[in-house]
Amino acid sequence: MHIIENGNVAAAIGVRLCRANVIAAYPITPQTPLTEKLSEYVEAGEMKAEYIPVESEHSAMAVCIAASSAGARAFTATSANGLLYMHEQIQWAAGARLPIVMCLVNRAVGAPWNIWNDQQDSISQRDTGWIQMYCADHQQIIDSVIKAFRLAEKVSIPVMVCYDGYILSHTYMPFDVPEERQVDEYLPPFQPEYALRPEDPANLNTVTLPDVRKDVHGEMAHGYMEIRYLLQEDMRKALNVAAEVEKSFAEIFGRGGNPYLEDYRCDDADFVAVGLGSLTYQLRVSVDTLRKEGIKAGVLGLRYYRPFPDEAIFNALKGKKKVIVFEKALSYGYEGALASDVKSALYEYLAATGNLPVVQNFITGIGGREIRTEDLTKYFRAATQSRVSKEPFWIGLKL
Amino acid sequence: MGTRNYKRKTSHSESGPGDGGKTGSWRVERPVHDPSLCIPCKRNKEACFICWLFCPEVVISRTIPPKVNLEYCKGCGICAEECPTKSITMVDEAKFTEEDKDEACISLKTET
Repeated sequence: MHIIENGNVAAAIGVRLCRANVIAAYPITPQTPLTEKLSEYVEAGEMKAEYIPVESEHSAMAVCIAASSAGARAFTATSANGLLYMHEQIQWAAGARLPIVMCLVNRAVGAPWNIWNDQQDSISQRDTGWIQMYCADHQQIIDSVIKAFRLAEKVSIPVMVCYDGYILSHTYMPFDVPEERQVDEYLPPFQPEYALRPEDPANLNTVTLPDVRKDVHGEMAHGYMEIRYLLQEDMRKALNVAAEVEKSFAEIFGRGGNPYLEDYRCDDADFVAVGLGSLTYQLRVSVDTLRKEGIKAGVLGLRYYRPFPDEAIFNALKGKKKVIVFEKALSYGYEGALASDVKSALYEYLAATGNLPVVQNFITGIGGREIRTEDLTKYFRAATQSRVSKEPFWIGLKL
Repeated sequence: MGTRNYKRKTSHSESGPGDGGKTGSWRVERPVHDPSLCIPCKRNKEACFICWLFCPEVVISRTIPPKVNLEYCKGCGICAEECPTKSITMVDEAKFTEEDKDEACISLKTET
């Protein structure tokens, strides 16, 4: 059924269809309408779930960790400083291998205080061991939530579904809402490998020594290093699982495609823009303008940022003259984290050939600064002609 | 070799003695018991057992006389502190022989 709603409601409907058992969240702009909608569903009896209003985001994630450890399908959502306040528990959820799903409605982080959109919040959590998905429209939000639960539960790794604050969270767009029976078929009830039960007590995530040791049954148990290695190994394997998750989604819901990347006019392009989220759809307009001028431009949006689909990115970018990475976040003291990651993937596969495309990094839309399409087009065009700068160039800066 | 095939990918301890290793090796002082002062020993009846109740490592038995599992006793001295009749004293581990050290679950006795 097609409806017209905002991005937060798209996420809420997705969570309802996935039959999350426990929702714990603390309101923060621009995530608030999402959790309000979920509490309405629970209150009205439209969703059988425990809605736990908590006093902070740190507690929200702690509740999700406990609920997930007890075998419940757990969900939370936050933005910006709320996410940062969760940071310690976010790492815990990943190390404990709990398939929690979180919607992250991208917003700038303080200081100074700012409630508008950029992606510094989620990018700053890149190395926490969570899978990160990025959405470019409302359909992708609801679909990604459904895929996220399936992927998280298959690989026992939590998933963050990121979408741009206001640009997606508060704008209205038509999207398809899947049938309940379709989602039930796609996402059977959560069957954890182990769930806390009073009759089968265990101490979870206890102090783990630097070296391996015998457990209570005399079997050699992992040390800390083995447990962390397995997280990395399974994160990398999650790329293959994501492909399977996408394929079975397409079979049931009739839409889907490349699990990792969404390319627009990239096939014959010489100059390819790379980005995350709604910015990549805006860049399509620039691509069309440049194409009319005879410039072979294209744009590549990443659906997953972690695990990083490096091989898919290399395949999409090999043979291109220039790669232009547009970002709403920055690794302060260097450049955009995505630009570094894209360079790294290109280097890995192309260094031996000596045929590396030039990579230009643009920073844009920080703290909700308006991203004018004509500016994107202007700098995209400039980057096709010559190197704009070695340092990341800030589009729209008024210094 | 290695833990590749271990059944879990997390740190997960089931209840049982010594999941954290043989913590008795941490001990620098050993609890030594004088039954002539101990309430259940003197009366030969189930009584007191404050040592059993307070032991944070659950290594003191609720028996007459109470026994300490020295394989896991860390020597914290809480039993000695809490005993209402001062029947337990903490004694430097260096005063015990190698044989004594290896022996698990020995009955507490007064040092002679």
